[in-house]
Amino acid sequence: MTNYIIRRLIIVPFLLMGTTVLVFVMMSFLTPAERSSLYLRDVPRNEAAWDSAIRRYCLDCPIYVQYYRWLVGVPIGGTDEISGGILRGNLGYSRTAHQPVVDLIKQRFPATLELALWAVIPIVGGGVWLGVLSAVNHNKPIDQVARVFSIIGYSFPTFVFGLLVLMIFYAKLEWFPPGRISDWASAIIRSPSFHQYTSLITVDSILNLRFDIFLDALRHLVLPIVTLSYLSWALLLRVTRSSMLETLRQDYVTTARAKGLTEKAVINKHARPNALIPVVTIGGATVVGLLNGVVITETIFDFPGIGSAAARAALQLDVVSVLGFVLFTGLILVLANLLVDILYVFIDPRVILE
Amino acid sequence: MATTTARRDLAGTLDGLPERTIPRLERVLGPEIYRVLRGLATNPLSITGFAIMAFFVFIAVAAPLIAPPLRASSPYTIPRDGYAAIPRAPMSTWNRRQPSEPFWLEPLTGSTEWIHPFGTTAGQWDIFYGVVWGTRTAFRVGLIITGATLLVGIVVGVVSSFYGGVVDNILMRITDVFLTFPFLMAALVLAAILTPMFGKSTVPATVAMIVFGWMGFARLIRGDILSIKERDYVMAARVIGAKDRRIMFRHILPNAIFPTLVVASMNLGDVVIIFAALSFLGVGVELGYADWGQLLSFARDWITALDTYWYIVVFPGLALLFFVLSWNLVGDAVRDIFDPRMRGRGGA
Repeated sequence: MTNYIIRRLIIVPFLLMGTTVLVFVMMSFLTPAERSSLYLRDVPRNEAAWDSAIRRYCLDCPIYVQYYRWLVGVPIGGTDEISGGILRGNLGYSRTAHQPVVDLIKQRFPATLELALWAVIPIVGGGVWLGVLSAVNHNKPIDQVARVFSIIGYSFPTFVFGLLVLMIFYAKLEWFPPGRISDWASAIIRSPSFHQYTSLITVDSILNLRFDIFLDALRHLVLPIVTLSYLSWALLLRVTRSSMLETLRQDYVTTARAKGLTEKAVINKHARPNALIPVVTIGGATVVGLLNGVVITETIFDFPGIGSAAARAALQLDVVSVLGFVLFTGLILVLANLLVDILYVFIDPRVILE
Repeated sequence: MATTTARRDLAGTLDGLPERTIPRLERVLGPEIYRVLRGLATNPLSITGFAIMAFFVFIAVAAPLIAPPLRASSPYTIPRDGYAAIPRAPMSTWNRRQPSEPFWLEPLTGSTEWIHPFGTTAGQWDIFYGVVWGTRTAFRVGLIITGATLLVGIVVGVVSSFYGGVVDNILMRITDVFLTFPFLMAALVLAAILTPMFGKSTVPATVAMIVFGWMGFARLIRGDILSIKERDYVMAARVIGAKDRRIMFRHILPNAIFPTLVVASMNLGDVVIIFAALSFLGVGVELGYADWGQLLSFARDWITALDTYWYIVVFPGLALLFFVLSWNLVGDAVRDIFDPRMRGRGGA
């Protein structure tokens, strides 16, 4: 087992390395001028400034030289300062947001994290519940209804569903507004008396004992969460259902029934925990789904996270920022998958690793 | 033919079971494909799916008759009725630059005045026209992207499993790297990079989705080839001295490719969703191109008044939903048929 984990850990740097290469290959389709925002905050204004920028940052060098410089940065002549260098945490400058991409991520990521953390609860809870329900009532009407319900959810384009719920619950009923927080609450949050411990508004507001703000933030979260979870249930339902069906046919379930346990005890204590093991493997896929989902969900609900920032930057062809976001989300994905793989070994003792 | 007889004899003598007559269709198609087709033809969900699919095929084929274009040379350009910013409700009449009336207008409505059956978006693009011709865009984009990703996936999978060893290792690690990106974001950025080169058209999003879409197929076909490689008949072919290449293309690939083909064809719905999403986010087609994603993006300017201008969302949204749903209904049935745990249980 230790061997497996070590081997799995060794792969990670290579994977990340490959990721940076792929991002840089995409970068090399840009003109040297566009690439200059990797190192420069402001776009040079005249011809001479262009030439000096291109020469200084070696933007017309061979690609491997540029790649190396992109990784470690370019020393600015005469000073100790180094410009750029993703390994130093510098992803370049966003042309459209007029700030370093890293700052933009730092500023935007808490919103996305907050949305994702809240969305995970109904996604996993609802998906597993529906899957178990479906399997226990195999081929009965409730099973068919749950499956059709999930197929429709799976087929619903995120933006169509999002626009429809906005149409009903915002434009028509005015229950849940878009955005992350109301203006009055936003003013309080920015005021010095409100301590921002985590940048997650729901958590901070409780720590500050401002429950009105907590409720306001929650009210803004409802529609994005509903959208994300309805569209994610299908996969979880399918995996839970087929795994549960498989488990219900195992000998130990028959044994449990034979010794006279109630059906409820058989399902809740004997079958379900074992059936949930394969569900963990799709944890990685769920994270991917969430990261894909937030791009559209945040755009529609005007939620200021990295998804909507990436979409806006892409629309304005601010490629350096979007590639920064892509690199960042890629990193999250690699780590999430690593975590899932390692967790799996601990959860299921039957897994024998070569 | 020889094998069918042999099997029948075996069944008859060994178990004393009644002889199973093998339908002619099964003999022609082989047992596996026959089983899938029979499963699809008897499942109500997949039948519904096929019916909706057939409807969309009809719309796509008959588009010039259902919604005649303004200029036959550029049918994908949605005709616009002026430039006013306020959308107009369904059934309102054309004011200017009206295309010719379709054949069904008079028999169905009794009037010869051409209307906007689904209303117009901001900027007066006709929604009905966009939905009808958008069906063609959806099929075209879906087929091109699915075909291309399938091709790339098969090439990578075959090369990987054929050569094995270092080649396999390198190709699979490259596949892993491509998989580290969330698909939508990766496609979004690549489309944004390609837009200045190709201009606003279907090309950038299509290319972007191909570049980041092939990995699943490569893995799938590689796995199937690796398992089929160990079968007895491959060994037999090797024993009689068949060359590697011949074994690969005559014996292994035809047997391994079927599941990948099915998965790929069922993937078309997802492809259309993502393409529409890119279009919706603004890195897809040019303004006024008949595409469902773009029609929906017009709704973004009217979020606060969507209850009044519901038709911008509802008509293209339903078209997209039902298109994708038809594919997923069939796909779900296929998945059940392929699930080995469900085999021989008459589906689920």
